[in-house]
Amino acid sequence: MERLHSLTAHELRALMSKKSARPSDILKDVFDRADSVDGRVKAFVRAAKDSARSSAANVKEGRLSGIPVLLKDNICVRGEETTCASKILKGFKPPYDATVTKKLKEAGAVLIGKANMDEFAFGSSCETSCYGATRNPWDLDRIPGGSSGGSAAAVAADETILALGSDTGGSIRQPAALCGVVGLKPTYGRVSRYGLIAFASSLDQIGPITKDVEDAALLLGVISGYDEMDSTSVDIPVPDYSRSLVRDVKGLRIGVPKEYFVKGLDREVELAVKESINVLKALGASIVDISLPHTDYAVSTYYIIGPAEASSNLARFDGVQYGLRSESPEDLIDMYTGTRSEGFGSEAKRRILLGTYCLSAGYYDAYYLKALKVRTKIKEDFDKAFKSCDCVVTPTSPTPAFRIGERTSDPIAMYLSDIYTIPANLAGLPAISVPCGFSSAGLPIGLQIMAKPFDEETIFRAAYTFEQSTAHHKRRPKL
Amino acid sequence: MSRAPHITNEDRSFNFMNKIKYETVIGLEVHLQLKTKTKVFCGCSTVFGQRPNSQTCPVCLGFPGSLPVLNEEAFLSALKVALALDCKIQDIIKFDRKNYYYPDLPKNFQISQYDMPLSYDGFVDIPSGPSGGPKRIRVKRVHLEEDAGKLIHHPEDGSSLVDYNRTGVPLLEIVTEPDISTPQEAYDYLTKLKSILEYLKVSDCDMEKGSLRCDANISIRPCGQKELGTKVELKNMNTFKGVRLGLEYEARRQASFIEEGGKIVQETRLWDADKSVTVSMRSKEEAKDYRYFPEPDLVPFVVDKKLIEEMRSALPELPEAKAGRFVKELGLSGYDAGVLTAQADVAHYFEECLAIYGSSKTVANWLMGDIMAYMNEKLVPITDIGLAPSGLVAILKMIDDGSISGKMAKDVLSEALETKASPADIVAKKGLAQISDAGKLEEIVAGVIARNEKSVNDYKAGKKNALGFLVGQIMKETGGAANPALVNEILKKNLGE
Repeated sequence: MERLHSLTAHELRALMSKKSARPSDILKDVFDRADSVDGRVKAFVRAAKDSARSSAANVKEGRLSGIPVLLKDNICVRGEETTCASKILKGFKPPYDATVTKKLKEAGAVLIGKANMDEFAFGSSCETSCYGATRNPWDLDRIPGGSSGGSAAAVAADETILALGSDTGGSIRQPAALCGVVGLKPTYGRVSRYGLIAFASSLDQIGPITKDVEDAALLLGVISGYDEMDSTSVDIPVPDYSRSLVRDVKGLRIGVPKEYFVKGLDREVELAVKESINVLKALGASIVDISLPHTDYAVSTYYIIGPAEASSNLARFDGVQYGLRSESPEDLIDMYTGTRSEGFGSEAKRRILLGTYCLSAGYYDAYYLKALKVRTKIKEDFDKAFKSCDCVVTPTSPTPAFRIGERTSDPIAMYLSDIYTIPANLAGLPAISVPCGFSSAGLPIGLQIMAKPFDEETIFRAAYTFEQSTAHHKRRPKL
Repeated sequence: MSRAPHITNEDRSFNFMNKIKYETVIGLEVHLQLKTKTKVFCGCSTVFGQRPNSQTCPVCLGFPGSLPVLNEEAFLSALKVALALDCKIQDIIKFDRKNYYYPDLPKNFQISQYDMPLSYDGFVDIPSGPSGGPKRIRVKRVHLEEDAGKLIHHPEDGSSLVDYNRTGVPLLEIVTEPDISTPQEAYDYLTKLKSILEYLKVSDCDMEKGSLRCDANISIRPCGQKELGTKVELKNMNTFKGVRLGLEYEARRQASFIEEGGKIVQETRLWDADKSVTVSMRSKEEAKDYRYFPEPDLVPFVVDKKLIEEMRSALPELPEAKAGRFVKELGLSGYDAGVLTAQADVAHYFEECLAIYGSSKTVANWLMGDIMAYMNEKLVPITDIGLAPSGLVAILKMIDDGSISGKMAKDVLSEALETKASPADIVAKKGLAQISDAGKLEEIVAGVIARNEKSVNDYKAGKKNALGFLVGQIMKETGGAANPALVNEILKKNLGE
């Protein structure tokens, strides 16, 4: 028999229903695996061994009974340290559960700890964490992607069965692509953000990172739904996503935007994605050439709106109530500046400065307001495109995983890592990344599928059909 | 300051050192705490005066990951005020973040409304126009925001404590256009605004508890000059009177400063009520850039036009309308109607009396006389006096049926106000009931006539004032309890008239 940690949630549920595995066996196996590989991968920032064991010993009946889940360290768990991988929040134990945490607990999931991330989700490489970089399980000299790098690496390395990440500009999909796993950013408003420590409130969404599409559908079903604690969550019933897991794309109209296949796209990635499109075509989908003309402006728009909101969201970390406070400040201003200078890393400071600048008197119209207008244009591009297609297929990341340190001194190069994922956040669309091939160096490549708001079902249908017709998702890194 | 200039209400201008005539331009900004059960973006209680930080939760403490959700009651109260001030209501309601760092502001931004206030373009009419008629003060905007917490500074070690109970209490900001021309008008505007707000029952309007706060912008300019002078923002006035005094002082200070060759700078000044002066707090150069932007955690929403119309028609009768009705229907003078309607509770008391008693003028006289005198002397609101409307009416009815005299009634009223005892009990206990028994009075009158032969003769000889002496004797014998009308009647009859 395969080791339990290498199975998916739906496989483990089947085993448990046949009484062939117990939650405590699964948990032990997962923790053993993490113990043996995480010294190299560094996906965990905190393992909640005691609380996980006690919940595995006495699991609640539900859709995720006994299934280990790892949470990104920006998702609050009552009484457990939640730091966003930032020194400024070290020691912060929220007195409340995030809504997704609550839903996972109610569904019987076993929460096994917290995953590493870029500090406050600022990054595409998981290198800005105050705990140090997470490594890509496929090549330990490479980054796992970010910001949910810990979650994606842990899933890829079989250190957890399921994981949650958060996606503001690609932070679920890009690491999923680079680690060869499935990552889904739901429609904005599909999953409650209550208890997710905000980066950019109008862009953030929590979503699943899993080993296959079926698990992604299962996990999304558990965490979705309207939440009266989050005014931006939308009161639309959650469909039974398992019904979308059909191997059938006949008649599905797949849009391929020409703006996504241009200079900067790695040759091997381009080939893998084009080959994947051919697979879908062969399975009966029709391929439609589409245009998303404002794609070029997406990254700059994102790097105004995201930092602007972040500069305000992060203002609360001031040393007054919780987290770090600089020692013996002379006065209030000294406490503020001391705490924030010591507590934030350089990328966080860069984004706070960027955002503060964009919102300042005299610059607001030229930057923030302009960015909002371009955001509307990008949305309109998609509205128009979805008149002629049911989903849009693109590369997830322009390149496979790059080397650790390769882009840390070049923020623009780093920012361009999210060039294909950012538009879905700006437009509020659901988007998934599924494994679609490997580079000659053996690094995973991801295929992105985007759909209309609240049409995760089409995404699952296309992604499931593709996955079941290929074998990329079955390959696992050798650790 | 050497000389105080003379400020007149009539031409609304003032002289300084008899050189140039100035006029004052004032705009007021009122912050009003709404009396909702829970805070504006979370479920915490808003009760005042509780143990510090006992009324807090992750949302109003701004803990990471927490999100605001608009309290519907706060929104509806805000809407009520906006409609009562005849404001237009915004089609789409949106909130903005006002970013600044201060320890009483846990998120280091305040959720407020910036470019699209909930409502705009309203007005309040005040009675102090130059011709004596009403003057319209335009209300520029009314918007909803969250209150900040309170800092308590340690007097010795320089540390500060923060109480977040007030954090997130719903706050309305009501801003006028610079239509106010004198400190007295500012006072009248505040009085009128408070009166309207009390009718709506949306706030305690208590400046001492901070549920109503007022800042002012004031500038002066030579009469006839079109261009506005440089304005100064005035803060820290803790009473309506303080607002008036602060503005009076500031107008004089600015005039004096200009005449001495100075140039007014845009700044914030604080009114020091103890020293009766304003002192500079910060100049505009240090003023902050609040970096307003739309609050992404709250979704803009459309206000149902039907709801607005329903709320408009459900507004209570406001002081002006009520006063008008009192004049028209009850025949009260405009002045009396104004006094009786200025405070919602007084008007309510008056109307409760009228529901069980016919003569509105009698009620008005008693209310505006002894009862208001008592309220002013003891500084108690009408809701806290010892006499319910039914009690006042009981007294009035006892006068009407002759069981007590008007003079007795005043004593009974005064005792009722002091002791909260019922008027009937007071009358019974003191044996104050009037002697209206004709048979008994006949006896007493006969005795007095018998014992005061000289006065009787004087009266019969035409000295009519001798009657007064005889009445006095009868009152003396009865301890003042004889029904005066009856005494007069019997006495005259027995004296042979």
